Amino acid sequence: MFASLFTPSRRRVIRRRLVQAVPVLILATLVVFGLLKLMPGDIAITLAGENATDERIAEIREMYGLNRPFLVQYGSWLAHAVQGDLSKSLASGEAVAVSIARSFPNTLLIVLLAMTLALSIGVPLGLLAASRPDSALDRTVTSIASLGIAVPNFWLGMILVSWLALEFGWFPATGSVPFKDDPLKSLHHALLPALALAAGGVAEVSRQLRSSMVEFLSSPPVRTLHAKGLAPRQILWKHGLKNVGVNLLTVATLLFNRMLAATVVVEAVFAIPGMGNLIVNGAVHRDLPVVQGVVFVMVLVVITVNLIADVLYTVLDPRIA
Amino acid sequence: MGGVLAWLKSDTRAALSLGFLLLLVMVSIAAPWIAPYSPIVQDANLSLAEPDAAHLLGTDDLGRDVLSRLIHGAPATLYASFLAVSIATLIGVPVGLLAGFRGGWIDDGISRFIDALLSFPAIVLAIAVTGALGIGLTNGMIAVGIVFSPQIARLVRARALVVRQELYVDAARCLGASNARILWRHVLPNAIQPVIVQVTLLLAGALLAEASLSFLGLGIQPPNPSWGSMLARAYQNMEIAPAQMYPPGLAILLTALAFNTLGESLRVALDPTMKR
Repeated sequence: MFASLFTPSRRRVIRRRLVQAVPVLILATLVVFGLLKLMPGDIAITLAGENATDERIAEIREMYGLNRPFLVQYGSWLAHAVQGDLSKSLASGEAVAVSIARSFPNTLLIVLLAMTLALSIGVPLGLLAASRPDSALDRTVTSIASLGIAVPNFWLGMILVSWLALEFGWFPATGSVPFKDDPLKSLHHALLPALALAAGGVAEVSRQLRSSMVEFLSSPPVRTLHAKGLAPRQILWKHGLKNVGVNLLTVATLLFNRMLAATVVVEAVFAIPGMGNLIVNGAVHRDLPVVQGVVFVMVLVVITVNLIADVLYTVLDPRIA
Repeated sequence: MGGVLAWLKSDTRAALSLGFLLLLVMVSIAAPWIAPYSPIVQDANLSLAEPDAAHLLGTDDLGRDVLSRLIHGAPATLYASFLAVSIATLIGVPVGLLAGFRGGWIDDGISRFIDALLSFPAIVLAIAVTGALGIGLTNGMIAVGIVFSPQIARLVRARALVVRQELYVDAARCLGASNARILWRHVLPNAIQPVIVQVTLLLAGALLAEASLSFLGLGIQPPNPSWGSMLARAYQNMEIAPAQMYPPGLAILLTALAFNTLGESLRVALDPTMKR
């Protein structure tokens, strides 16, 4: 069924992108591992914390292989990391991979819900604004978009909690429920954080879509479509969307990456046990394996999403292949 | 100079944004003299007082004047934003020039490194760096600056790639101009306009990053105020005093809006192909 999707030229693009991703991955993981080297003083003593026994310090030195050359340390860390061994938390002793496996679904649920909201609100808004450029409607959408981009999501989250959760009691103020346990309850918990996260996304999507659609609508091929007697609505939805699809994909990819970062702070407002909670606690307690593990997984996700987008470009726009 | 005035006259939004930002800078400089109270002196009798004539925006849970904390938070917030963006520019411009002007394997290497850095969410790396270096506003904002630097480097590289092929650069070279002179006299001036636009937009991003870091308790440390740390306190008192979150939140929103609006206006004004 998918055989027709992977034409030889597309396969070539995918192969080229995969090859290009390798140095990016190596450099990115080098930065993640290099975080360790930023620590002042004797790393093992700093990591072990106050009142640590000599055995504990020696154990940490052993764990990171701190007496070996940097590149050897990095190589061994990376070899373990790609096999899913992200070492153990210095604070709790739990395997970092286990903590991440528990937290990541909570974060992903909010990001995916926020993406859905951003696209399903932003796309119609952008199209509406583009269909009547410089009308009152267009100006309203554009102004709201500017506000949406400048508003701090976590502050918006606080406002939502204060009104919709504390004042009216429509939503739970904090916490989360795993999706697989109770999907409805889980979405109910995730909706407010997703809304807080989606505001900037709605703004970004509607603004970008508007500007690329206005550009398309004033291009020569559209005049032909009008001359052919096509209804404006059909031009907008059928030909327009197909033409700005590539731009939309770019915006959606950037948005996903940005939301993945912004959720770190939004999670704090809603006390959601996700990736943000994990890395913030890790940073406060100088639990470097946890911090490195979270950054590693997030960078991996970003690089993977970018790769998928690169492949989708070739489907949306045959010229790229 | 006359051009700038004419531009501000024709673009009300840009003029308003610039005016607001200049006012903010003046408030930051004059903070110790214009703030009605000390931002850190506590008064247990005045915990969470409603706004009145003595305390225009009321007091926080420790009885500190909210308006004074807002005024004193401005320099901390602006300092953090400018620090991050200065670092991004100081790294981004030379690296971009080097990649675009030299080309070849240097360009390939730098471009891969730019790709790698761009896959780091800024705030996440900033949190990680504070975890390694220790908690503090400066550490976090240096990290934000480093993550932002590829955005500048990419712009400068693209401009340098174009300019280095121009005839006038060939002419300069024939006349015996050194690489340094060509970079300084021809490449840099051509790259400066998009950099100005990007710097303005990045200032908004850095402002939001500072607010996030301080909100999480990883940025500015108590008792010193920044708008982000004021939001953190407001969060703790959200159930009994929900109004506390509005002054610092609005300050962040308006400042970010001003940077963004100014940046977008500059983009239109400086780009000859985007004249409307």
